[in-house]
Amino acid sequence: MSLFSKNNQETFFNPLSSSNPVTVQVLGICSALAVTAQLKPAIVMGLSVTVIMSMSNVIISLLRKTIPNRIRIIVQLVVCAALVTIVSEVLKAFAYDISVQLSVYVGLIITNCILMGRLEAFAMQNGPWESFLDGVGNGLGYAIILVIVAFFRELLGAGCLLGFSVIPQCVYDCGYLNNGLMLMPPMALILVACIIWVHRSLNKDLQEK
Amino acid sequence: MNTNSNSYTIIYASVIVVIVAFMLAFVSSSLKDRQDKNVEFDKMKQILSAMNITEVQDAEAEYKKYVKADEILNAKGEVVSETGGFKIASKDIMDDNLPLYVCEVNGSRKFVFPVYGAGLWGPIWGYVCLNEDKNTVYGVYFSHASETPGLGAEIATDKFQNQFKDKKVLENGAVELGVMKNGKVEKMEFQVDGISGGTITSKGVDAMLKGCLSRYNEFLNQK
Repeated sequence: MSLFSKNNQETFFNPLSSSNPVTVQVLGICSALAVTAQLKPAIVMGLSVTVIMSMSNVIISLLRKTIPNRIRIIVQLVVCAALVTIVSEVLKAFAYDISVQLSVYVGLIITNCILMGRLEAFAMQNGPWESFLDGVGNGLGYAIILVIVAFFRELLGAGCLLGFSVIPQCVYDCGYLNNGLMLMPPMALILVACIIWVHRSLNKDLQEK
Repeated sequence: MNTNSNSYTIIYASVIVVIVAFMLAFVSSSLKDRQDKNVEFDKMKQILSAMNITEVQDAEAEYKKYVKADEILNAKGEVVSETGGFKIASKDIMDDNLPLYVCEVNGSRKFVFPVYGAGLWGPIWGYVCLNEDKNTVYGVYFSHASETPGLGAEIATDKFQNQFKDKKVLENGAVELGVMKNGKVEKMEFQVDGISGGTITSKGVDAMLKGCLSRYNEFLNQK
């Protein structure tokens, strides 16, 4: 079996679109609301989840034959809790501003349902390489949605992208106002719903009969 | 091997816990210095922010440029120590252990006082910078741990903080600087508008300013 067989490609690419964890499985919504008021924390959150998901997938997949069935959920929790704590410590040491902004959400990665879902549903049955692809795929699938939502919220809510003003002053002079409502958490839900709508109308397979 | 036996399960769990504990302890202790440094830089940025110096890139250099001394005062307003104020954590601030930052901005002397208190959901804190007359506010900085975004969390915005500029602190020798409910300000000279919908946080800021600055009463009344 080659590293990039058809199966493995599907493992990697499916979560990006047809089985996207946020828009199709509707998991991890809580953090999608919380960190998407600006683009920067959304990108960092997406990357952290990707890194942690792929690493914990690989570790659980390596251990999968030794894990006693009765405590498997606890072992999965311990592995991702340890990884999350390490990532959070590293962020505090090397990217303090971002860690302040992410504050509790880094800790919340542990309880992110996507993470536990992938560990239980995929890593417990598959080899390390497939699990790694699955972790990266799902992490990126999550990150894409976060970035799209954050892009619109920051652009319409604050007139900035990554902290830089992108809407020229002359537009404001003509009476344009930033929409403060976009910065409120409910707007993230509405944007996620819009993405789901677009996604489903493009992808007929996802529509329920 | 039978991975479902009781003894295997117990041993497995113990081994995992020990390994993870060692890993976390190692990471935590090896990154400790760097993290403490970051917390210090952050504190410097907050102090600079009270002096209306924002967008700081190199916190340490800017801090050294503007802050001339971090003194420790006692309740009588006497200087106990010329340095060491920066090292005092907010929980260690007591009547005879009061940090004071003496600063110089554009040739004029400023005093920065740390303040801390309670908001609605968690702690709030900040720094108040007064002019040389020890009575006029030059700038303030507030931050919070977990106030409601859009409501209580607005205390961390420039819009709220800019209201404090040029307000007076003392009335008849007592601290009168504070926050009133939006629209209920009676003493324009001392009070600013609170945040609609963030009443408890606004009251927290009011209590924090009065409580913490009162400790410096003797010092503020020395002319």
